[in-house]
This record gives sequence, C-alpha cells and structure tokens, in this order.
Amino acid sequence: MIKLTVNGQPFSVDVEPGMPLLWVIRDVLHLTGTKYGCGMAQCGACTVHLNGDAVRSCVTPVKRAENQTVTTIEGLSPNSTHPLQQAWIAEDVPQCGYCQSGQIMAAAVLLKENPNPTDQDIDDAMSGNICRCGTYQRVRKAIHHAAELQKQGGAQ
Amino acid sequence: MSNNTISRRNFLQTSGTLTGGLLISFFIPAAAKKLGEMPTGNTMFAPNAYLNVLPDNNIKIVLSHVEMGQGVWTTLPMLIAEELDCDWNKVIVEHAPPGQPFVHTVYGLQITGGSSSTWSEFERYRNAGATARALLVQAAAQKLNVDPASCKTENGFVIAGDKRISYGELTEAASKLPPPANVQLKDKKDWNYLGKPTKRLDAKAKVNGQASFGMDVHFPGMLTAVVAHSPVFGGTVKSFDATAAKAIKGVREVVKIPTGVAVIADHFWAAKQGRDALKIEWNNGAGESFGTISQFDSYKKLATQRGTSAGKAGDVETALPKTKKQINATYEFPYLAHAPMEPLNCTVKLSGNSCEIWTGTQMPGVDQTAAATILGFKPEQVKMNIQFLGGGFGRRATPASDFVSEAVQVAKASSGKFTKLVWSREDDIRGGYYRPAFLHQVNIGIGDDGMPAAWKHTLVGQSIVAGTPFQGLIKDGVDGTSVEGVNDSPYLESIPNYNIELHSPNTPVSVLWWRSVGHTHTAFVMETLIDELAHSAGKDPVEYRRSLLKSKRHLNVLNLVAEKAGWNNPLPAGRYRGVAVHESFASYVAQVAEISIEKGQLKVHRVVCAIDCGLAVNPEGVRAQMESGIIFGLTAVLYGEIFLDKGRVKQRNFHDYKILRMNETPVIEVHIADSNEKMGGAGEPGTPPIAPAIANAIFAATGKRVRKLPLQAADLTKA
Repeated sequence: MIKLTVNGQPFSVDVEPGMPLLWVIRDVLHLTGTKYGCGMAQCGACTVHLNGDAVRSCVTPVKRAENQTVTTIEGLSPNSTHPLQQAWIAEDVPQCGYCQSGQIMAAAVLLKENPNPTDQDIDDAMSGNICRCGTYQRVRKAIHHAAELQKQGGAQ
Repeated sequence: MSNNTISRRNFLQTSGTLTGGLLISFFIPAAAKKLGEMPTGNTMFAPNAYLNVLPDNNIKIVLSHVEMGQGVWTTLPMLIAEELDCDWNKVIVEHAPPGQPFVHTVYGLQITGGSSSTWSEFERYRNAGATARALLVQAAAQKLNVDPASCKTENGFVIAGDKRISYGELTEAASKLPPPANVQLKDKKDWNYLGKPTKRLDAKAKVNGQASFGMDVHFPGMLTAVVAHSPVFGGTVKSFDATAAKAIKGVREVVKIPTGVAVIADHFWAAKQGRDALKIEWNNGAGESFGTISQFDSYKKLATQRGTSAGKAGDVETALPKTKKQINATYEFPYLAHAPMEPLNCTVKLSGNSCEIWTGTQMPGVDQTAAATILGFKPEQVKMNIQFLGGGFGRRATPASDFVSEAVQVAKASSGKFTKLVWSREDDIRGGYYRPAFLHQVNIGIGDDGMPAAWKHTLVGQSIVAGTPFQGLIKDGVDGTSVEGVNDSPYLESIPNYNIELHSPNTPVSVLWWRSVGHTHTAFVMETLIDELAHSAGKDPVEYRRSLLKSKRHLNVLNLVAEKAGWNNPLPAGRYRGVAVHESFASYVAQVAEISIEKGQLKVHRVVCAIDCGLAVNPEGVRAQMESGIIFGLTAVLYGEIFLDKGRVKQRNFHDYKILRMNETPVIEVHIADSNEKMGGAGEPGTPPIAPAIANAIFAATGKRVRKLPLQAADLTKA
C-alpha cells in the first residue's frame, strides 16, 4: 500500500510503485480533471502539483508521491475562484478544454514563483503545455490578468 | 418585426414532459440534400431537438451538434435565448442523443462538421425560441385575462402592465396550448444576443476539471482495454501469445478482435503494459510495400497522364505553348494526423439485448448504426451518451466508425461486457484516417499583360469518401473534397483557358477530412502561385490579386486585411510579409503574416486576419476560431508530417509529431467584416490561408518558393 495526500485528503492505494501518478489519480482515485495526452511528458495535460511543484504525472511513479502532497485541478480552489480560473473564464480561454487543467496547474506554479511574469517568463513556463485548439494567445493574456487579480488580493 | 411562417415541411410539436415543463420540439425532415447513401438507421424515437422550459425557470437546451471546442455550446443557445427572452444565467446545455429530430438541416444526417452548425441552425433554433415565447405569452395572457399583444417578455418573465409572471410558472399551462402556425422573429435591430461577443457557457466546467470527456467516464465494474494494432495498414493477426501480458498485475483478459488483440485490465496502465507485453505475429499483407517516397514517385508519374476532368474552360493545350513566359510547379503535401488532445476512446456496456455507449463523436447516429450492425441489434437498442469532445478536427467524424466499432468488438469479445477502449497517443498518431497526401502539378502560361492566360492543373491524391457510405458525394468521378479551392477558385473567372484534372489512386492508408479538408492543400497551391505570378509581373501581391478578383467578398477581406496589417507601410529590417485570401465553408478569410528568419529559424511575429462570415452570431467565438485555425495551420507548415516506410508510420508521439507551442505563437489580430452577406462557417476557414501567407512571406525573405510541406531547413536560406 502506498499512502499519499491528494487535495488535502489522505489515500492508501494498492498499486505497483512504478505506476504513473496520473493513472492512480484518474483510474484509482477517479479524479478525472487531470488528463492523459501523451504519456511521455510532451504535452503537459497531466500536470499536477507535487509538494507545490509542477510535475508531469504521466511519467511520475506513484512511489515518488508516497507520503507526499499532491494537488490536482479539483483541489486548486474550493469553488473555481483561483485567480487563474477567474481569469481563464474572463478571457474566454478554453475551447475543447481538454488541455486546460494542465495549463492552469502549470500557470499556478509560475504565478506563485513569479507574481509578475513577463511574456517571456510565460513562454518559458508554459511552452511544455500543448493546446491543439491553439488557445495560447488567450492563455498568455489570462496569466497576465490573473497576476493582476492576485495583486488585488485574490492570492491563494 | 419580420414574419417568419413555419413552412409546411417543418413540423412543430409541443407537449408536456414527464418532469413537467414545456417542451418545444422541432425538426425539418431530411428531405434536403442527402450525403450520399447514408445508412438510415436513426429511427430511434426521440423528442426531437428541443428546448425545455422547466418549472424552476431553468432553460434546458439540447444541442443537435456537439461541442468540440468550436463553441456551439454557447452559440446555438444564443439563437434560442434571443427569441425566447430568457435569463441567460439559467441556460443549461446538453448534447442530443441520435435521433431524427437532430438531423442536420442540410446534410440529412446527424453530424457536426463542415463548419456548418451555426448557419444551418440559424432558422430552426430561433424558431424554437420564438415558438416557446409565443406559447408562454399566450398562457400568461389567458391567466391574466389580457390580450397577448399587450404582453412583453424580458429576462424570463412575461410582463403585462404591472404584472410579471416567470416562465417557470407558465410552463404547465403553455404545454397544453396548440403551437402557433407562425411566429414572429425579432428584427435585427432588436437583438440582445446575436452579434454580441458572448462568453462561453462551458468555460467554468473546463477550468475546474468538471467537464466530462469520453475519457473521463467511469462506472463500477467497468474495465479498460488497450488494443495492439497491426504495425502495417491492412495487416491482420496471425497468432499471439498472451502469457506475459496476463502475468501483469491488473490484467484480466486478452481477446482477439477484428482489428487486433485487446488487453482488458483494471485500469489503463495495466492494460497498456499488458499490450506492450503481447507477443504477436502479424500477416502484414500488401501494405508492407507501401512508403511515402514511392508514393510520391508514382503520384508524379500519374500527374503526367490525363485524369478525370474537374473543370475546364477555353483550350489550354493550344493556349499554353503560345505563351512566352511560364511557371511549372510541383507541390507535395504529406499525410497529416488530427491528433486531438483527447486520445480516441469509447466506453461500451452490453447487457442482454441492449447496448449503452459513452463517447465523444461528431456523428452519433452513424456510430449508433455501426454498433447495432456489429451486435445484430436495431439502432434503438443502442443508447448513445455524447460526452464533450477533447478536440475533433474531423477525426471524430469517421464514416467507418472505426473507434466506436472497435470498442463494441472489445466489449462483445470480453467476459464482463463493460469496457472502456482507450487509444494511446501512439495508437492515434499511427492509426490512420489522415489528411490524404497530395501532389499538384501546375503549368501556367503567362500572357503579355502579366496575367495568367492558361492554367493546367493536375491533382493526385486519395479520395476521402470513396468506399465509405459518403461515396455518393463523388460526382462524375470527382471527389469534391479533393479539388475544392481549385476548381471553384475565384481566379478562374479571370483565366480564359484552364484545365483541372484529378487522379484518385487508392492506398492501404485510411484517409479522412482534416480541419478544412481539401482547402488544406489547394489554398496553398493557388495562393502561392498567384503570389508568384504577381512577382513575375512586377506587381504588388495585393494589387495583383485585386486586378484578378471579381468576387466582392474576397476583395473586401483582402482590402480589410491590407489596411489592418499596414500592408503598404515599411517593415523593420529583417521582417517580411506574405498575404493570402481564400474562401472555404462559405466564409472569406484573408491573412497577412509577418515573419523573420534568424539563424535558419522561422519566427512568425504577427498574423493579421480578416473574415467575412456574414453575420458573426458570436464575434468572440469567431475570433477564437480564427486564432485556433491559424495555430492549426501553422503547426502543419512547420511540423506536420506522417511519413511511411515499409508500410509503417515513422512518427509516434508529440516528440516527433510536433504541435506548435506557446513560444512559437505569433500575435494574432482578428478583424470581422461588418457583413450582411450569406452566413458561412468559422471552425475551418481560418486554417487554409495561413500556410500560403507564411510561404509568401518566406519568398519575400529568401527569394525561394516553398513547394513542399512541412518546411525544410533549405527553404529558409537565401536563394
């Protein structure tokens, strides 16, 4: 049994230690907001926070999360009010929406570490996340927007 | 107010629903244009595409089209809300199951495709809203004993004098009234929603993880299946050994199905490990001798032979040799995978004489029929639950119902009869149903005035519809999706002699419509050649197009984009521009791309886009689709290629089938023409112009013409 905390809740899972965290989250814990896109850390759709750092859960063995803290999109805010979520809605970012959990989770770490990112900072932090609908321009704008919201006191 | 009478071929019904509330159902029988010989299996009785006014004042709208990113979840409800005068915050949206009422008003089958959802529903959805409103007003008037004409509606209330009654309170009475014979649709000047930028109704569910895609379906007792497919197109299983696969923890069963060997397990990870541990001997068949290089060699030979005529005027054979100056060009376009972010998947539950399916599909009725055929069921024994689509781009509109059929085969062969089939990314990239590879051979004779005097154009590429239920679309031997954009080019009007011919060789590789279909390659050929002709004539590319184009709508967007891009303004050193204009799916789009080439690398700095789609029902959605289409097209220019050798696909995942990323994304500016012209689409028309606009900018930078996509390093060095 492997113990881990996901979105503040403790879990024990009976799986192989090498099983990627993504599939534990999706197929064992049934938290399906975290997505499978490539399985080889190319697209970022599976991005979650492991002790506050953005990781590609599709290539992270669950063993690495043992006794650690994981946050998924479902745990980012209790009611979709994280500045990024608000900004995403305001900028009408999502299209098909499949990659957006990963985009937001990657952006959340960027904003935490750099509350005032430039376009270049955003490109550097976000270019590991693929969006086949091509929402990049709006993602960039929404991150700036969220940075403003965060400054105005919406920080998590 | 315009008076819009429901014609005799429209049926309109009202009835009370089981849950209470007013149900407006409406459909137009599929008497209109049929798409070939579609199986007519969609006979399940359903209460039609409807809006349901619930007693709690919520408005439930059932979509006859599916949401795959293009925004119909918002745009179609806007049509109903406009006429219904409901409270926008109370709108709840659902996908329709398959059923006759949800059949496309023009195409004659239930499909989301061809960038047609908004214009094809423009009348039907507004009529549904207006009819509901008329009944609610009538119910209120009776209740208050006033003349219906003295009532107003606003934000979910009927108002008569100082009395206000909510729609919810009126649903029961309204549901007992006969529908009006005709309804008044609002005049454009009274619109509150249409033409106004409106935020997406699905945004919240897509930023908090709640949106449910096919991939996210889960039920107790459901297992996950991953299938080993033949490495060669058309190959079959000779024998297999599942010992190692079955030894993997979580693997429950290994079954042979027509398309390969399925490993069924507790979860995806076990199923995939099991699949990778299978030992399979394949009969590769004839597909093993197929490869991209020999394919294009044979296409080049074909292009020298006479093909099937797809358009002709004057006498090219006589006119061409008489011209003093000529352009002879051969273009090559590779296979392209759609690669939607959500890999293909489908969940199937079988029990006795029923089947239930959960998936994201652009053609629910076709998939329902395919499932029923495999099971020996009637279509109504198959219940379809349509999830959000994590991208479609055509891949989820497969006439062969490939992944749904495979999922049904897996469930049928399994002991538990309840499985979710999941394709890995590798299965998706290598799974076929590609944009077909194409070759164009074009010989142009230039007149003394610098204008094209003779245009000989031969296209070679596999038909998308041949051998599918859609093959009725082939007319006089020509698959229109192979030549669209060439044989209906607006430039032909100004070319006295032309001859367009098509060869449609078959290959072992399955092909499919890919966002903007034939226009993906035809716009590139036409718009780079026109640019080449302009330079040959010593004319400005925009000016040259103006002198050739007679189509007002092409000219309007060309002029708009030239103005907004500052076409005549000088650029900083090292920056270059290219322009293209192209109509597809009844919308007219022009784009100017601004690029630089630094250390052999292309950088696209800015793309200015102008579109005339007639009325833009949701301008915000149109802008988003232009941005999306441009990035999609740019990906194909820079990276898109599926290459085959010995029948095997070389690419396998996003590391070698690359997708444009944020750091490569230009600034995109979209300008929507103020237009009262016929409505067109938005999902696809943004894609075709970007590739030629980029190639024309590259010519401006290097003096070299791009004849083959994706771009090669040599394309970016100076001539």
